Amino acid sequence: MTGAEIVVRCLQAEGVAYVFGYPGGAVLNIYDEIYKQDQFKHVLVRHEQAAVHAADAYARATGRVGVALVTSGPGATNAITGIATAYMDSIPLVVLTGQVPTAAIGMDAFQEVDTVGISRPCVKHNFLVKDVRELASTIKKAFYIAATGRPGPVVVDIPKDVTQQSCPFEYPAEIRLRSYNPTYKGHAGQIRRAVQMLLEAKRPMIYTGGGVILGNAAEQVTELARLLGFPVTNTLMGLGGYPAPDPLFLGMLGMHGTFEANMAMQHCDVLLAVGARFDDRVIGNPKHFAKEARRIIHVDVDPSSISKRVKVDVPIVGDVAQVLDEITRLLKSGAERPDPAALKAWWAQIELWRAQDCLKYERSETVIKPQYVIEKLYEVTEGDAYVTSDVGQHQMWTAQYYPFKKPRRWINSGGLGTMGVGLPYAMGVQLAFPEAKVVCVTGEGSIQMNIQELSTCQQEKLPIKIVLLNNRYLGMVRQWQEFFYEERYAESYIDALPDFVKLAEAYGHVGMTIERPEDVEPALREAFGKYKDRLVFMNFVTDPRENVYPMIPAGKGLSEMILV
Amino acid sequence: MRHIISLLMENEAGALSRVAGLFSARGYNIESLTVAPTEDPTLSRMTIVTRGSDDVIEQITKQLNKLIDVVKVQDLTEGDHIERELMLVKVRASGEHREEMKRMSDIFRGRIIDVTDKTYTIELTGTVSKLNAFLDALDSDVILEVVRTGASGIGRGERIMRV
Ligand SMILES: Cc1cc2nc3c(=O)[nH]c(=O)nc-3n(C[C@H](O)[C@H](O)[C@H](O)COP(=O)(O)OP(=O)(O)OC[C@H]3O[C@@H](n4cnc5c(N)ncnc54)[C@H](O)[C@@H]3O)c2cc1C
Ligand SMILES: Cc1ncc(C[n+]2csc(CCOP(=O)(O)OP(=O)(O)O)c2C)c(N)n1
Ligand SMILES: [Mg+2]
Repeated sequence: MTGAEIVVRCLQAEGVAYVFGYPGGAVLNIYDEIYKQDQFKHVLVRHEQAAVHAADAYARATGRVGVALVTSGPGATNAITGIATAYMDSIPLVVLTGQVPTAAIGMDAFQEVDTVGISRPCVKHNFLVKDVRELASTIKKAFYIAATGRPGPVVVDIPKDVTQQSCPFEYPAEIRLRSYNPTYKGHAGQIRRAVQMLLEAKRPMIYTGGGVILGNAAEQVTELARLLGFPVTNTLMGLGGYPAPDPLFLGMLGMHGTFEANMAMQHCDVLLAVGARFDDRVIGNPKHFAKEARRIIHVDVDPSSISKRVKVDVPIVGDVAQVLDEITRLLKSGAERPDPAALKAWWAQIELWRAQDCLKYERSETVIKPQYVIEKLYEVTEGDAYVTSDVGQHQMWTAQYYPFKKPRRWINSGGLGTMGVGLPYAMGVQLAFPEAKVVCVTGEGSIQMNIQELSTCQQEKLPIKIVLLNNRYLGMVRQWQEFFYEERYAESYIDALPDFVKLAEAYGHVGMTIERPEDVEPALREAFGKYKDRLVFMNFVTDPRENVYPMIPAGKGLSEMILV
Repeated sequence: MRHIISLLMENEAGALSRVAGLFSARGYNIESLTVAPTEDPTLSRMTIVTRGSDDVIEQITKQLNKLIDVVKVQDLTEGDHIERELMLVKVRASGEHREEMKRMSDIFRGRIIDVTDKTYTIELTGTVSKLNAFLDALDSDVILEVVRTGASGIGRGERIMRV
């Protein structure tokens, strides 16, 4: 069997449903084999970056490994932003890249680039396959490494001659690597200490992140929080890890988190951190965070996430679901509960913070407020859509005003903050769930970073709903310039925007421009009603001066928020 | 503080660049790094000498362990260990320097392994500080060339690192 056929057979054996890709010289043999089969579908994007983003979103929404296929040289370099985006958010991906023939490697051959070298700092692992006999086992390893432990992208670089050579095909049923053995079961002694600490808490707080989504542990978090009656906050990556409409939920924390979440985080005495990594956008300045004494329990599958930015008292290396199950089991097996009087006092304090109503905003009858669009979107979709976003103010407003009830519904780039992910993310999700409502909330800056994908959406007939919060500014940049650069708006105004309605129509979609607040809801209803089966590009012309509040300026502490 | 970190890793192409890349990407300091295959040809052994606070060293060992190719990591400085480095020094050995160079080499238990009328090449093994002391003891103008391997380390006694 040829290497090219082996690649295809391996993907089939992994049960891959979609391969997102773009052909080119080095991968033509593989494409020829794809042509001959119909077990998985290949989705032809318009730019390799979008292929990786779409595969990434497929993984985020389904929990399965996403797969992308690109050619050597420019195909591989175009894929890098997508790979780095997935890496920062720990998303399981296998990216197959073509490479020049082995004999040409190092000769500055046509479309040669050192893909393994370029991708090394932004992959979980990568491979260059120099021998067709190692192809199947390498692909097996790639899927295994991508999906286990702390997930991440794995690149497999395949020289063209390897796809031509032949060898017998055997896909290993199992793989063991002596150098890679993630720990899933938490240390029993540490778990007992954690339980004791939770029982002693007077001002407890549960802080959960992307690890709860990745580890499918939303149920465990919910059960534990309700058992103890403890308040819960989520990071941007952890939204949906606890049902947001629930009273125990204090909202997102961090730079644009709620007042109550940030104050409770700062003033708690026992903090249970689960699958979250104390990011700088979350706790702000670690020195300020450390001013208040508190004991911290940290559960994470990656030992290097623990005690990296913040020293913790009870480190538990393990899988979130397994560790939380064990904690809950121990709590349930005993009768002891945290001091109810202390908990009551703590909740009274939290309610005072909550009463600040930090997400209130000035309503308007004349100009569309971006927050209002998201609130209406929530109503019209009954809070049950898959929502992707790009990067900027619109991303934060979506996180704040669309209370996610379930995990894997909120798909965005947190760690790398990559503008341009929104539309390809929506493609990956819509392909995974053809019947679901999929919305892409974006900005006029971000959408133009991958707008060519409107063409892919047409080819695949994807009924995505694009909600463009068009403020004519690189709004997040403008906000920083207003706050920290004395309103010197250097290059943050976007002049010469396209006519988005005509643009959508040119690609064969439905376009709408909405300029008045009273038209917001009818437009959304029309998009999800009459145009249910079409891609609808809704250009909401919003207030250009609106800012995201609350905000903790970079380098400041959690209790140093700027409120409206 | 100075730490000597030993690691065993799969003897794969690119393994070294993963370790070197990790140190540069995360801004960790490398004083020296040595690597060679072991008695098991599928494994390479690396010794890295680095400096950092306890927190930084903890992150370094965790990050090294996280590399997929790395089989084992040990901070030798956490226990009894032996450290050796090999140095070759070419010195001026003409006229008044000739006797003096021989004497210095003997004092430091060096061996003269190459001789011309004007130069000696001295081989010296020892801890990094001993090699430094030797260089410090010489006049800088007699030193023509210095080659050092970087430190290798091994645990003392029953302290064994293997797969
Ligand atoms: C414009 C902008 C503004 C932002 N503002 C905010 C903000 O206000 N608030 C905010 O929170 N973020 C914000 N972010 C996002 C921020 O940059 C980080 O991406 C985010 O906070 C990290 O989330 P996390 O801590 O949940 O970690 P993630 O990156 O989601 O990491 C997940 C952690 O879980 C672990 N893990 C994975 N799987 C498992 C498992 N099965 N078991 C156990 N552990 C596991 C991983 O090892 C890792 O440590 C912003 C980003 C942008 C672009
Ligand atoms: C690829 C990339 N380039 C630059 C940035 C820096 N950046 C962050 S937000 C932002 C503005 C985004 O503008 P827009 O998409 O219009 O969203 P808005 O903030 O106006 O809602 C920029 C430039 C980025 N995150 N990604
Ligand atoms: Mg904008």
